[in-house]
Amino acid sequence: MAAEMEMVAIPRAAVQRRPAGGTGDAIFHGLTLIFAVLVLLILGGVIVSLVYGALPALRKFSFGFIVNGAWNPVTDNFGALAPIYGTLVTSLIAMLIGIPVAFGVALFITELCPKWLRRPLGTMIELLAAIPSIIYGIWGLFVLAPFIQQYIEPALIGSLGKIPGFGILFAGPPLGIGVLTAGFILAIMVLPFIASVMRDVFETVPPMLKESAYGIGATTTEVVTRVVLPYTRIGVVGGILLGLGRALGETMAVTFVIGNSHHVNPSILQPGTTISAALANEFTEAVGDIYQSSLIALGFILFIITFIVLAAAKLMLLRLQKSAGAAA
Amino acid sequence: MQLYTRRRIGNYVVVGLSLAATAFGLLFLVFVLGTLLKNGIGALGPTLFTQATPPPGSQGGLINAIFGSVAMTLIATLIGTPTGILAGTFLAEYAHGSRLGEIVRFINDILLSAPSIIIGLFVYSVLVVPMGHFSAWAGSVALAIIMIPVVVRTTEDMLNLVPNSLREAATALGAPKWKIVVTVTYRAAVQGMLTGVLLAVARISGETAPLLFTALNNQFWSADFNRPMANLPVVIFQFAMSPYADWQTLAWAGALLITVAILFLNVGARFFASWSGLQK
Repeated sequence: MAAEMEMVAIPRAAVQRRPAGGTGDAIFHGLTLIFAVLVLLILGGVIVSLVYGALPALRKFSFGFIVNGAWNPVTDNFGALAPIYGTLVTSLIAMLIGIPVAFGVALFITELCPKWLRRPLGTMIELLAAIPSIIYGIWGLFVLAPFIQQYIEPALIGSLGKIPGFGILFAGPPLGIGVLTAGFILAIMVLPFIASVMRDVFETVPPMLKESAYGIGATTTEVVTRVVLPYTRIGVVGGILLGLGRALGETMAVTFVIGNSHHVNPSILQPGTTISAALANEFTEAVGDIYQSSLIALGFILFIITFIVLAAAKLMLLRLQKSAGAAA
Repeated sequence: MQLYTRRRIGNYVVVGLSLAATAFGLLFLVFVLGTLLKNGIGALGPTLFTQATPPPGSQGGLINAIFGSVAMTLIATLIGTPTGILAGTFLAEYAHGSRLGEIVRFINDILLSAPSIIIGLFVYSVLVVPMGHFSAWAGSVALAIIMIPVVVRTTEDMLNLVPNSLREAATALGAPKWKIVVTVTYRAAVQGMLTGVLLAVARISGETAPLLFTALNNQFWSADFNRPMANLPVVIFQFAMSPYADWQTLAWAGALLITVAILFLNVGARFFASWSGLQK
């Protein structure tokens, strides 16, 4: 009898208690779930709206859109070649300048500088990332472009421009406004992103490994090239790809200094355009469905490129995280 | 001995280059900020805060753009903060080891670095086209979408720093999970979460590209969120690219205002973070 009473009493108490926390929990869990799913919906919405907006242009030009060098609003003939070319070349220049500098900064912060200087230096480099794109743009237009026009471009034309074949990269008059200036600004802008990822992954190297190398008489250079870099290779590449993703999609700073010309010009001293600069310049003034749809198609191409680059970056950094976790 | 000298010289070269790279980075920080101060301070004046953007060739200020930027950033923060915090809570508290959690985290990190101009295109097609006109609401939503991934990321990171023993202690006292999250873990992580919100506000207050197709710009004073609204970044863009000297001066003044505000937010957020670190 007493045993029966207990068996009844326990479930009843449980039934009474569960709703008190249960509904609250269910509601809160549901709420957080909804907003987490919202993040996915935003990405889904971006893809759907881009595809929908790009359809008229893609239907009209099909795959020829990517290799068509024309951009003519009067005849409604549009192609993505010049913007894609400009996007890739400016990002390439940004990487060529940005990667070695970022590596140097990360090396200095993790291996060379005195401890007290580490935090302020890290903060200053991160402030470089906090300055908005538009500020780099106005600075690039009024300060950097004239400087490059006056000093750097004449020097390039006079030296590298004279090499047969290769010189075509530096042909034409020094304008200041052009692909080179845009790439240079991008390099400064992605520098803090790459440098801070590199610094973070360099710090994951177990001190024991580095100390062992120093202990057998290795120099700082040797420790970095033989121990730190092999250990963090994936993370370094991940950081570089993260910077590349930023450079590809950067808009305002590039719009100010690239010159916005829809021509594929082999010389990096001449004006060009990028996908994001074309969008920023022309979208609100695009008259006609095909014109606007072509611009959205450009946006779609940019989205696909950056998505692939960023996803690769993320996967690489995740892999490093996992292997570092396994080692520890 | 020769080998030793060669290695040492090689090392000096690398160390020197590394030093030069750091100096190069800092040089540009000083260079950009110096130019802003030089060109911006001369343009500061009382009319900046009392008059709206002028037609070319006459005196004016930036009050309509300052108001628009503050108002849209505020609305974006009101939308983005709760959304980001709840999604971040899901990742930190409910999604351990779940497939959905991993996917959301991955997508969120991609949105974090996705080109902001694409977000502008998205909001243009889902808000501006159906409404039939540019509006400050669309601008606010675009900014909120850029803000959300930043808040999600920092909220998750900060909640993960809260020691599990706190949660276990509350569970042992019989508190339901939602109450543990709201009264225990949020309270332990609140400074870090606020730091994240501040950094996100700093990020969106300089964003230009997403506003170009959404809020557009407005030459006149307007507080109507259903109409285009002036905002500092787009005004800077238009005025700096114009051939008029007085417009360019105003662009420098606006650039200085934005940068000072953003640097304050950033330094404030860092101060906040280190202060909360001290408390632990």
